[in-house]
Amino acid sequence: MSTDSRFVHKIWQEQELSRMLDGGVPFPMLSDGGGRIGTIYGVYDEDAGVDIRGRFIIDPDFVIRAMEVLTPEVGRNPQELIRQIKAFQLVRETGDVTPSGWQPGEVTLTPGAALVGKVWEVWKP
Amino acid sequence: MPDQKDGCVKPARGPILPKTDSAVSESGITKSQEVDLMLARVGKEAIDFEATAFVEGVGFKPVKLSDYKGKWIVLCFYPGDFTFV
Repeated sequence: MSTDSRFVHKIWQEQELSRMLDGGVPFPMLSDGGGRIGTIYGVYDEDAGVDIRGRFIIDPDFVIRAMEVLTPEVGRNPQELIRQIKAFQLVRETGDVTPSGWQPGEVTLTPGAALVGKVWEVWKP
Repeated sequence: MPDQKDGCVKPARGPILPKTDSAVSESGITKSQEVDLMLARVGKEAIDFEATAFVEGVGFKPVKLSDYKGKWIVLCFYPGDFTFV
């Protein structure tokens, strides 16, 4: 989503994105002219008149699980986005929690009285 | 691709906020149109909205965030088409 119109989105997809990625981006390119949606998501920069780089993960219950907001100069890290989605999905399925730096396949923690003071036994950072 | 006939000005609803008792102010403008604060919070329900969109293979259509309820959603904002990063 950006403050560009859907017309600009179409031309950007046709002229540039489809040359970077076969078929172009497969998801809806949303228009937030006026920044009203960006405002409630905390990413609209009134001075510049644009939505800055904000990213939100929303779970199947429509609950926001994560947000990341960057100023425009630095791009995102898709691998980190995917890692976070996998972590939230696993937490939702199992009830376990994922320690710092967790990667898919690594040990998760089962919260509860038995684990108090024993994290060092099961998790080696 | 289907017909993409579309007027120049076709407003979408924008943010769709829960109604409150005092939804209409003296100016006749609804509160939901006056909101200028960040409402999104982690651990809380996402704020629904409707936006106009370009969808590859479909064309122009209005999209509501809540159309995707029940799925994992990634909502990304960016500064502009044709920018560099």
